[in-house]
Amino acid sequence: MSFDPTALTQLAKLSSLNLAPATLSQLSDDMSSIFGLIDALQAVDTTGIAPLSHPLDTIADMTLNCREDVAVATDPVSALANAPETENGLFLVPRVIE
Amino acid sequence: MSEAYPTIASLAERIRTKQISATELAEDGLRRVADNAALNAFFPVSRDLTLAEAKAADVRIAAGETSPLLGIPIAHKDIFVTCGWPTTAGSKMLEGYISPFDATVVEKLKAAGVVSLGKLNCDEFAMGSSNENSAFGAVKNPWDRSRIPGGSSGGSAAAVAAGIVPATTGTDTGGSLRQPAAMCGITAIKPTYGRVSRYGMVAFASSLDQAGSMAHTAQDCALLLDAMAGSDERDSTSLNSEKANASIWRAFSANIASKHPLNKGFENLRIGVPKEWMTYAGDLEGTRTDGIHMDVAVAIHHALDVFTNHGATLVDIPLPRTALSIPAYYVIASAEASSNLSRFDGVRYGHRAAEYTDLNSMIFNSRTEGFGHEVKRRILTGAYVLSHGYFDAYYLQAQRVRRLIAEDFQAAFEHCDLIMGPVAPTTAWKIGEKSKNPTAMYLEDIFTLGVSLAGLPGMSIPCGFGLNNMPVGLQIIGNYFDEAKMLADAHRFQQLTDWHQQHPGVKS
Amino acid sequence: MTWEIVIGIETHVQLQTESKIFSTASTAFGAAPNSQASFVDCALPGTLPVMNRKAVECAIKFGLAVNAGDSKNIARRSVFARKNYFYPDLPKGYQLSQMELPVVTGGSVTIQVDGKDKVVTLTRAHLEEDAGKSLHEGLDTPGVSGIDLNRAGTPLLEVVTEPDMRSAAEAVAYAKALHGIVTWIGICDGNMQEGSFRCDANVSVRREGEALGTRCEIKNLNSFRFMERAINYEVRRQIEVIGDGGRVAQQTRLYDADRNETRAMRSKEDAMDYRYFPCPDLLPLVITEDDIEKVSASMVASPQTMQARFQASYGLSEYDAKLLTVDRVTARYFEDVVSAGAETKLAANWINGELAAMLNRHDMDIAQRPVSAGSFSQLLQRIMDGSVSSKSARDLLGLMWAGEHQGDVDALIKAHGLTQMADVSAIEKIVDDVIAANEKSVVEFKSGKERALQSLVGQVMKATGGKANPTQVNTILREKLGAN
Repeated sequence: MSFDPTALTQLAKLSSLNLAPATLSQLSDDMSSIFGLIDALQAVDTTGIAPLSHPLDTIADMTLNCREDVAVATDPVSALANAPETENGLFLVPRVIE
Repeated sequence: MSEAYPTIASLAERIRTKQISATELAEDGLRRVADNAALNAFFPVSRDLTLAEAKAADVRIAAGETSPLLGIPIAHKDIFVTCGWPTTAGSKMLEGYISPFDATVVEKLKAAGVVSLGKLNCDEFAMGSSNENSAFGAVKNPWDRSRIPGGSSGGSAAAVAAGIVPATTGTDTGGSLRQPAAMCGITAIKPTYGRVSRYGMVAFASSLDQAGSMAHTAQDCALLLDAMAGSDERDSTSLNSEKANASIWRAFSANIASKHPLNKGFENLRIGVPKEWMTYAGDLEGTRTDGIHMDVAVAIHHALDVFTNHGATLVDIPLPRTALSIPAYYVIASAEASSNLSRFDGVRYGHRAAEYTDLNSMIFNSRTEGFGHEVKRRILTGAYVLSHGYFDAYYLQAQRVRRLIAEDFQAAFEHCDLIMGPVAPTTAWKIGEKSKNPTAMYLEDIFTLGVSLAGLPGMSIPCGFGLNNMPVGLQIIGNYFDEAKMLADAHRFQQLTDWHQQHPGVKS
Repeated sequence: MTWEIVIGIETHVQLQTESKIFSTASTAFGAAPNSQASFVDCALPGTLPVMNRKAVECAIKFGLAVNAGDSKNIARRSVFARKNYFYPDLPKGYQLSQMELPVVTGGSVTIQVDGKDKVVTLTRAHLEEDAGKSLHEGLDTPGVSGIDLNRAGTPLLEVVTEPDMRSAAEAVAYAKALHGIVTWIGICDGNMQEGSFRCDANVSVRREGEALGTRCEIKNLNSFRFMERAINYEVRRQIEVIGDGGRVAQQTRLYDADRNETRAMRSKEDAMDYRYFPCPDLLPLVITEDDIEKVSASMVASPQTMQARFQASYGLSEYDAKLLTVDRVTARYFEDVVSAGAETKLAANWINGELAAMLNRHDMDIAQRPVSAGSFSQLLQRIMDGSVSSKSARDLLGLMWAGEHQGDVDALIKAHGLTQMADVSAIEKIVDDVIAANEKSVVEFKSGKERALQSLVGQVMKATGGKANPTQVNTILREKLGAN
């Protein structure tokens, strides 16, 4: 199964990644190789089998624990400490156009 | 003066008898880091941070505290976020990032009194089986520096194998603790999924990631894992049951102390050996794998002989979907990873491109520059398998196969107590040998992936040497929550053999 | 040729919790930028979501309220999914929401349009987290936007209707009814200016008998007035497009209140593949019968139940009771005023009358009233015991509203000399004077013109500076004029 470069470009866009035209060919081959491996899944008959999202679902009914609704003070200085650009406590990004 | 390859147990004894202080150990450790710089296992150390921890440990020692990990030097895989030391996750995307909080694992070990020597190199975002995917250079195998140490916890394994620290933390998503341990001739354990908190672990694949310990002995692994494990309200997937919170160390110690009437050690132990795993040089159900190599098979057989010579029985068990674990894993792991890595957009932290024309190009350029090739491949793979129209055929199908694989293991455990076999089909290969072809590397994970998919606990213990005198690891797989039993039997094996006492430069 | 309008509404209801849905940061409105953004909200590496119990309870309350208390529409097992897309106010690069298995499916809201009841069916309601905010003005750095994550992670209940509405009026009636429900059951503060209740309207038109037209989504309508105008504009626009021979393009649009028009958004979201999948960091949410029982038992009676109770216990008319139970604050206020000693009918009249008028005049919500129930009750009791006339009481209310004498009724009465004249002989003397001075009116009244009496009453009231009790004056005049 050869991986379509157009599909690749679309995926890259969805993933917010640039694809250098020079690498497109190699990447296409890599992806073809990966999907060659993955396609083995298609041959498996899984009729009547439910997907397993959480590994321990098979031994216990894994359900969500909730916490009490209590607000805790945050630490804004620390939260913003690694920000590339800030102003007055706001994260700055190039102008967003709606 | 100091041992070349001390264990936690021996260091703890020396600390307890006041032969050495935590500070002296820390200084010694930092020297070892420097002496082994060529391995590229460690990121730049911080003397101040390490010595501060050592000082705090000495204060506690002086006050009479005797906890077994107090003052012991260790190091953390750079997937665990730490205050003070930067966390890169092996990626340019996080170069210079300093987390404002410690991972739960780091917090718990700090509370236990360990002294961290710093952060360990790993494959970028834990994606890889050779530690060649790190943006900061490959890690070298201490047994042969032209070879890979395994991955993604390559730095963690190398650090222990080279005697820099007696133990390290690592993470395992598809084999990333077990495989490097096997490649480097040390012991490691990945616990049952949910037993150790993932809070503070840079996420790769959420339903697969688990933290674990690496050391020279099963006993040391037990000690470290015990301190790491336990429910955490900050991680919704962290298990909060009596079983999950039971002390691994206590159960391990009780198991060790119990004596069999005939004192052979492995009476009543039924060891399941997957016949698909011991098939060599053949095709495993139509997939392109060569199967286990002869040298590895020999070492595994010899290891199994030790068990059977001391009372254990071997049982052939079928794990028919072994080969399918590869595609199932790569679909699920890539899908989860593609989503988990979306937060890296250059807005709030991490790499932001220097050049861009607008918001979109800022995000695109930052991500393109920050991520390496393997990471990008997996992001794209993940986006594909989740996309509209393919979701059912790939992602859901993979999750269904996952259930089948988990059921296969449960069926196997009807007939055996532990499953044993190889960790990897081969011993450590040369750096660069498999890095050109992404799928070649994926095939190496064939024996470890299924365990991760099922969320079962898995260990690797050294059991001999193969081609080029490179270490071979024996994989021990238990049923859910069987960590203590696995560690105890591994410990017994290590009483009867001395593979775990072989070190690079110290071979008998 | 008639056009049919088809409208469906999606409402984002901000749940009234102390902390966010997946993090412990506060949800209080108006805090300094990023002062309520935790590490989890900032999506720092290694952070994970943890579910807020209260948000689940709110969802259960809603499910019960829109299904007459029957929990059949509440999913006992629902799943959180990741909706993946990139936007700077979406820190994780995905929104935690519910896709295939939402917490509530089905239910309905009844609206009144032109005096008739209409049932709007709800398709579903699900829990999700809100995104942060982008600010584009007021920054010193040029060419940038500022991201504030205070709002990121606030719990939302997204309520989706079937396309059951056929006019802007119906849409607004639905939105108001939904607003009434979520505020009544206490899951939302209903403050539309602060963004607690935001509607998106999906609008399409079709010629009678044809298939459903292409719909456009008008986003973020946070006022009922705007909703009505926006929908009307959009309907006209679509009809014009089709009338001109064109096709309505499926778009997301924003309403511009200044220009009274809708505009297409410049967004790449059209045909975005969100790649939904169950979030592996969150396990399935299980709601037990016990959970539902507990929530049900804690819920306040519905407006209808309360209205019936008011009619029964307080002997109020249906009309009065309905007005008093339009929202919980008003209902509570009434009960407090009555329990503090005011007579029920008087209290009902004054709350639905004078108080409502004052609130309207000052453009206030009852929640913002400056006169406490206790003071209001006190005022009414002074009418009841004859200390002040109704007219004086109205003046007093104004003074209390302004805060004079801290709203102390008796102090105000004293300070402004508003005590009703109690001295009958004094009143009688004034009445005599007025009769003597208004011969014409007296004659007119005696010859059958009732209105002439009112004029005389008015004169007496004027002479007493408004302090006589008008009813009493009326009685005295009639006596003196020999009429009964």
